[in-house]
Amino acid sequence: MSNVLSLTTFLPILGVLLLLFIPKDSKGVLRNVTLAVTVVTFLVSLIMLAGFQTNAEFQFVENVPWIAAGPFIMRYNIGIDGISIWLVILTTFIMPIAVLSTFTAVEEKVKEYMICLLLLETGMLGAFISLDLFLFYIFWEVMLIPMYFMIGIWGGKNKIYAAVKFFIYTMVGSLLMLVALVFLYFKGMEAGIHDFGLIQFYNLKLDMATQIWLFLAFAFAFAIKVPMFPLHTWLPDAHTEAPTAGSVILAAVLLKMGTYGYVRFAIPLFPEAAHKFAPLIATLAVIGIIYAALVAMVQEDVKKLVAYSSVAHLGFVMLGVFAFNTEGITGGMLQMLNHGISTGALFLIVGFIYERRHTRLITDFGGLSKQMPVFATIFMIVTFSSVGLPGTNGFVGEFLILLGAFESQLRWFTVVATSGVILSAVYMLWVFQRVMFGELDNPKNQKLLDLNGREIAIMVPLVVMIFVMGLYPKPFIDKMDPAIKKLVAQARITPANAQMMPAVNQMQMPGAPQGQMPAGHQGGGEMPTGHPGMENSSPQTSPAVNPHNAK
Amino acid sequence: MDMILIPAVNMTPILPEIFLSVLAMALLLINVFNPGGQKSYLAYVSFIGIVATAILVGAGWGSHIESFSGSVVLDNFATFFKMIFLVAAGLAVLISDSYMEREGCNHGELYPLILFTVVGMMLMASGTDLMTIFLGLEVMSIALYVLAGFNRANKKSNEAGLKYFLLGSFSTGFMLYGMALIYGATGTTRLYKIAAIVGQMTLPSANILLVAGMLLMMTGFAFKVAAAPFHMWTPDVYEGAPTPMTAFMSAGPKAAGFAALLRIFLVALPTLQVEWSQVLWVLAALTMTVGNITALRQDNIKRVLAYSSIAHAGYALVGFTAGNGTGTAGILFYMLSYAFMNIGAFAIVILVSKKGETNGNVSDFAGLGFKRPILALAMTLFLFSLAGVPPAAGFIGKFYLFSGAIQKGYIWLAVIGVLNSAASVYYYLRIMVYMYFKESTEDFAWVQLTAPVALALIIAAAGTLIPGIVPSIILQYAQMAVKLM
Repeated sequence: MSNVLSLTTFLPILGVLLLLFIPKDSKGVLRNVTLAVTVVTFLVSLIMLAGFQTNAEFQFVENVPWIAAGPFIMRYNIGIDGISIWLVILTTFIMPIAVLSTFTAVEEKVKEYMICLLLLETGMLGAFISLDLFLFYIFWEVMLIPMYFMIGIWGGKNKIYAAVKFFIYTMVGSLLMLVALVFLYFKGMEAGIHDFGLIQFYNLKLDMATQIWLFLAFAFAFAIKVPMFPLHTWLPDAHTEAPTAGSVILAAVLLKMGTYGYVRFAIPLFPEAAHKFAPLIATLAVIGIIYAALVAMVQEDVKKLVAYSSVAHLGFVMLGVFAFNTEGITGGMLQMLNHGISTGALFLIVGFIYERRHTRLITDFGGLSKQMPVFATIFMIVTFSSVGLPGTNGFVGEFLILLGAFESQLRWFTVVATSGVILSAVYMLWVFQRVMFGELDNPKNQKLLDLNGREIAIMVPLVVMIFVMGLYPKPFIDKMDPAIKKLVAQARITPANAQMMPAVNQMQMPGAPQGQMPAGHQGGGEMPTGHPGMENSSPQTSPAVNPHNAK
Repeated sequence: MDMILIPAVNMTPILPEIFLSVLAMALLLINVFNPGGQKSYLAYVSFIGIVATAILVGAGWGSHIESFSGSVVLDNFATFFKMIFLVAAGLAVLISDSYMEREGCNHGELYPLILFTVVGMMLMASGTDLMTIFLGLEVMSIALYVLAGFNRANKKSNEAGLKYFLLGSFSTGFMLYGMALIYGATGTTRLYKIAAIVGQMTLPSANILLVAGMLLMMTGFAFKVAAAPFHMWTPDVYEGAPTPMTAFMSAGPKAAGFAALLRIFLVALPTLQVEWSQVLWVLAALTMTVGNITALRQDNIKRVLAYSSIAHAGYALVGFTAGNGTGTAGILFYMLSYAFMNIGAFAIVILVSKKGETNGNVSDFAGLGFKRPILALAMTLFLFSLAGVPPAAGFIGKFYLFSGAIQKGYIWLAVIGVLNSAASVYYYLRIMVYMYFKESTEDFAWVQLTAPVALALIIAAAGTLIPGIVPSIILQYAQMAVKLM
């Protein structure tokens, strides 16, 4: 079982090979085989989850040589820790649901569609498990191709624009990241690092100017993917035009690539620069939260509304991650999973009514709850989850994010962001009200059928997860906790660089001159030179690490 | 009476050239005595001859033999480039036959001319004397002028041939003038001797003859590899020439140009690297940008690929600007990958176009994706590789080219390069948009995949995909090739 991680990642590719031998007209077989492949992948990933040890180390590591040419050595280096395992599970969990949702939605070019889905799964899993920077980049790019075709071939009427925009936006960002990656590699070479292995780069000390440039390049690529305001414009287009399964995967997993990128790469690799840019990123995140919520409120198309709600939710994740403390990052991680589940579910719901009515305009609906009670119940639960009602998963994540961010240097950002919670309740509940309640006056809606068995089967796992994670998030948090603690430690800025932080500088005013005085000076003479700085940094970091003391 | 001393000449380094020349002449004679009728057998014989030459060339790997008093060398650098030329020529021969048959210009001289081009290119790669390199260049160019205008019933082809000839001879003049100035400055045309003499100069960059000669030579080669601002001939010639020859021209002679450039500048003028890399920096940035921006507006697919070919010369120049092991190995790898992916793409263009080169617009690819899925899939692979998307060879090539620049500190050049790559994605995607996202009433019934074309496509696809996944199999040779130079 030592290759279980590779097995999980490449099972979908094996599925593709299987599909190639199935004639394109036997749609039922194609669908069932794909479903079976994704279910098996999920089960294998569960085996991995069961074998996962709760500690901060990377596990199921596989590390074999891949490319060795010239100055570069790339390795097939994979492994997961408490952060990535949940994203892997999220991916394998969402995939069967996405596949199942296509059974009636996709009637044309089924074979190609299924191949795209499976290739996408391998790409996404690969990006989450890569511990080699180059390997990560490869998966990161490979992922684009099937998604591009899914939007472009099976999308709505503006599909070409959306597909090309999606591809080029992501490509621009990732190519700049590639330059940064190579630059980082050469910096590492000077320090004696000889391959692209991520973990060794964590210990690489870079000067501030280098960090800033590299962080900007990485952050730009990830910000496009998250997407952060003002780079989010590709997302509503892509979501609106993508077929349901595409939207589900895009929202549930692909967007997490961006936030995961910050957590795994941008922050631990360039902690000082990350701190320096935290106010900027928090500003953009908060603007994203408020702006996207306001835009979502006035949307006429349900799918576009959900797309904008994604931008707002991901803004919360970014805020939590850039709080740099355990609460914030834990909340961010949980919210990534929650958003995957609740927004995935919302897109499925939109897909259900679109399949029935071939419209997504809010004004075309009204009073559906009378006709479709089961649908109404599920929609309501998912809405509550998206809004963050206590008892659902959305609450736990948002609460931790706001808690963490409030106790970090991002306090005032948090205050503003909190109003986003209310705004999300406004637009979500309002759309629910307009679609589900009121008079069932449109004759076309009076003949609508409620969810069938397959559709209920799709939604049940999501609804269950909404409650499980809402009522008992402990197992999830416990597994990710050591990894997050490690990240918090990595993101903690070292005293030498702390002086560059204006915010910290102010707090250290009394102590800082002491540390810089010559050793013979009275008062400074008793301590080793490095010591005062470390002590001085503690007022800044200790509430961040352990905010419970403050309460 | 003194005897005239004839130095002992070791023929080994030019055995492949001799073999190909003899084969070409034999084919010419066969063609003379078999006028008219089927010419396919010439293609097959040429292909087998090319494969045999490849084996011959491959056998020379690892050896280092100088001959003809140091004007020709057999080294890994030459061997690697010879392989690139043979790949380009082999693929071109495979896709030529059915095309020439369709266009009604299946004259038997085509194949000997291709082989002569290869002989010229091989001399360019293995020459270590300015005269040998020039000789190779001329042998290559003259055959190419004819090939560009090979479809003599077609006005565009005639125009291409004439245009290529006029501008080509003009640029050759520049190059020759540059070589003369360098000879004037150093008193020799042997590359190693030039290097030694320049190395002893106190301030070589102040030697006007030398610097002017270097710049003139660079101009000449910039023309041959279609670098901006000397690229004006490229779109018209590429569009007008018979498509298989366009494919060949974009891969083979471009690689030969880079072979000679690398050899001259890295062997003879390394002392002036600071100077020439500055010029190349500008040239590279300009070439990438001009190529990509103009390609965005093209509708004819041959013109799209022509402008993209300019852009690709720019990418290779990035590696050359770096001039270090990473960058130059990147050029070698990239030129080989480019031969596979670009000729592959042109092969699909040939299949989709109709007699008289109609049906050659990007929009004519509409619906190909689901009517001819395998062809479209191959095209997709080539296009993604050209765009530099992993896991195709084009990505690894660009990665090494740009990494070379970054390693050398040319970060901004690399940034310009990747931004150009991103822009290029648009026009490559556009072809895919038509293939997959647009419906069409066409059934593509005229697309007939003959066995040679199918073989060419398989080779091209394998050459594009496999080095993308396991690049070491090619890269290690590319790096050995540049190391010993």
